[in-house]
Amino acid sequence: MAGLTLDLIGMQLFAGVALGAVYVLLAIGLSLIFGMLTVVNFAHGAFYMLGAYVGLWLMAHGGNFWLCLVLVPLVVGGIGLAVERVLIRPLYGRGIDYPLLLTFGLSYIIVELVRITFGKSGFPFDTPELLQGAVDIGVGYFPLYRLFVIGATAVILFGLWLFLERTSFGLIIRAGARDPLIVRVLGVNVAQVWLIVFGMGTAIAAFAGLLAAPLQGVIPEMGGTILAEAFVVTVVGGMGSLLGAVLAGILVGVVVSMTSLFAPEMAKVAIFALMALVLLIRPQGFFGRAGLMS
Amino acid sequence: MTSKTPRSTTLNRRNLIAGGAALAAAPFTFHTARAQEATIKIGFPVPLTGPYGAEAQDQVRAAEVAIAEFNAAGGLGGRKAELLVRDDKLNPGEAATRALELIENDKANFIVGSLSAAVQLAINNVTKQRGVIFNSISQSDAINEVADFSKYTFHEALTPHLTAGAVGRYAFSKFGKKVAFLTADYAYGHEMVRGFQEAGKGMGVEVLGDIRHPIGATDFSTLLPRLQSMKPDILVINNFGRDQQIALKQATDFGLKKTTKIVVPIMLLTGRQAAGLAAFDGVVGGTSYYWGIEDQLASAKSFNDQFRKMHGGRVPSDYGAMGYAGVRTVLQAVKNAGTVETDKVITAMENLKYDYYKGPQYFRKCDHQSVQSVLIIECKTKDMRNDADVFQVVANEAPNEANLRSCEALGHKA
Repeated sequence: MAGLTLDLIGMQLFAGVALGAVYVLLAIGLSLIFGMLTVVNFAHGAFYMLGAYVGLWLMAHGGNFWLCLVLVPLVVGGIGLAVERVLIRPLYGRGIDYPLLLTFGLSYIIVELVRITFGKSGFPFDTPELLQGAVDIGVGYFPLYRLFVIGATAVILFGLWLFLERTSFGLIIRAGARDPLIVRVLGVNVAQVWLIVFGMGTAIAAFAGLLAAPLQGVIPEMGGTILAEAFVVTVVGGMGSLLGAVLAGILVGVVVSMTSLFAPEMAKVAIFALMALVLLIRPQGFFGRAGLMS
Repeated sequence: MTSKTPRSTTLNRRNLIAGGAALAAAPFTFHTARAQEATIKIGFPVPLTGPYGAEAQDQVRAAEVAIAEFNAAGGLGGRKAELLVRDDKLNPGEAATRALELIENDKANFIVGSLSAAVQLAINNVTKQRGVIFNSISQSDAINEVADFSKYTFHEALTPHLTAGAVGRYAFSKFGKKVAFLTADYAYGHEMVRGFQEAGKGMGVEVLGDIRHPIGATDFSTLLPRLQSMKPDILVINNFGRDQQIALKQATDFGLKKTTKIVVPIMLLTGRQAAGLAAFDGVVGGTSYYWGIEDQLASAKSFNDQFRKMHGGRVPSDYGAMGYAGVRTVLQAVKNAGTVETDKVITAMENLKYDYYKGPQYFRKCDHQSVQSVLIIECKTKDMRNDADVFQVVANEAPNEANLRSCEALGHKA
C-alpha cells in the first residue's frame, strides 16, 4: 500500500486508543454493574446520552466544561441511584431477563423524554477553548482534545482502581461480587453496596457522554450505536471483569482504527468479527469467569 | 375476524364494481364542472420530520411566498392557487403514497417538492404514471436520465454534476491539483465525486485517493490521518447535513486546515448556523442561492423582501429558495398558458425564460433541467450583520448548458 509510513501507523494507533478510551469508560460501567448486580444494563447508552445533554444544559446556564466534568456525573449518577432504588431493586432474585427488559424499556423512555424536552435535532458542542487545536506528538499532528480524552480516562481508571483496591468500601464491593450471601451474613448492607455501584456505573457513563460531546455533537440517539459497541467490548473483555473491559476497549478502538486504514468500509464489521473470534477461542472473554451468565 | 372475511369480500366486490363505474365516469363530469371555480392545487411533499426538517420547513415558507404573489396578482383570471403541504418523512415509500393521495384524493393539479435524491425519484415515478407535472427542488443526477425522465418531469434544483463541477473548476484552478476525497458511501456522494472528477479532466488534476465512510458516521478520526498523509492540496468532503458538520469539525481538530484547503460541494446555510464558525472557517463550497446576493441582484432583493415580510424578518435558505422557484415556475407557466391543462403547461414551462431570485434561468428542452448559475461561497469571519450573514460569494458561475451533462450522455435523443 503506497504511502504507508510508520508515522501514519503511529497516528492510527493514537486515534484508536482515543476511540477506545470512550469504549473503556462505557464498558467499565457496564461491567461493574453486571459483575456486582448481574444486571445487564440496556439503559447505559441512554445515561451516556443524558451526560451529554446535562452538560449542554449546564453550559447554556452559565456553567463551563470543567465544572461539567464534576457536576454531570453527580447529576446523572443521582438519577442512576433513583433508578436502582425504585425500579431495579424490586427485581433482584427474579432472573437476569427482568432487569434487562426493564432497562431496555427505560432507555426508550429516557431518549423520548430528551426528544420532547430538547427537540429531535441535535446541538453542536464546542471543544473547550483550552483544548482546541492539534499538537505535534512526534508522528504527526493530533487533536489536543483527543489526548485529553485519553488522559481523563486514565485518571478515572486510576481513581476507580484506588477506590476498589485501597478503601474498605472497595473491599466490600469486591467481596460482594464474589459471594454476596457471605458478605450479607457478615452483617454488611449489600443493598446499599449495590445502590452505590449502580450509581457509580451510570455516573461514569455520563462522564463518557460528556467527553464524547465535543467530538461529535449531541443528539438523542447518540447512545444507541455506541451501546452495541460497548457490549461487544464487555463480552470480549469478559462480563464482569474490569481489567478485561479496559484491555478490550483499547483493543476494539485500535482494531477499528487499523481496519479503517486498509479497508474503511470494513471498520464496523471488524468489531463484530473480533468478538466472534474471541468467543470461538475463549467463550468467557479475556478475563471472564466461565458460567457467569448461566 | 376470519369468519367474517368471505362476507366482506363479496361486499367489497360489489362495491368495487359500482365504484369502478362511478370512477370511470367521474373524470369527465368533474373536469368540466371544476375548471371554472376550483383553486389551482399544488401538492408539496417535503421531509418536515427527520434530519432535513429545518430545510424542508424553509422550502414550505418560500413556496408560500410564490403562492401569495400569484394570488395577489389576481391568479389565473381570478382563480387562486393553493399549497397542499405533506410530510414525506424522507422516505421514498411514504412520499409515493403522499403523492398518490395528493393526485387521487386532493385532485392536485401539480406536484412540487422533495428533498432527497431517492425520494424525488419515488415521487417522479408516481407523477409519471399519472401524467401529472412534477417539479423537483432537490439535487439529483438520475432524475434527468432517460430511464427516470418523462415529459412531466421538471428539475428546478441543481444537479450534483453541475454543483460539484462548478466548485471543482473554481477550487482546482485556485488551490492546487492534488485532490483527496472523503465521501459518504451512497448515491449523493458518488454523484458528487463523479462531478468533481469530470471537472478535473483537462485541468491536470491528480486524485490521491477517495475514502468512503458510511452515511450517518459520527467519528472520522480513524480516516483523517490517512487523508492527511496523502498531503493533498485540496480535501473534498462529499457528505451532507450532520455528517458534514461532524467531518468538518473533526478535520479542523486534526489541524488539516493548516496544510490543506477543505472544499464541499454544497455548503448549507442551516448547517453553518447549526455547527458554528470554527468548523466551517476557511471552507469553500457551492450553493444554489445565498440571500446576500441581493446587494447586486434586484430579483433576489425582491424575493428576500417578500420572504421577510411574510416570515417575520427572516431570510430564505438555499434549499428553501428552490421551493419558491419550483412553485413560481409552474404558476407562471399556468398564467402564460391561460389554463391548467397539463400539456399546455408543459409547453409553457419549456418556453419560460425567468429570473425569479438568482439571475436568468430556463429549462433545457431535452431533460427539463433548469439551466442556472452556481454560487461559490466561503465563510465570513468578521463584519457579520446578523445571524444569517455567514457567507460571502467568491464566484458566480453563469448559467451554461456546457456545464451540464449532455443530452446524449443522459440517453436523450438530441
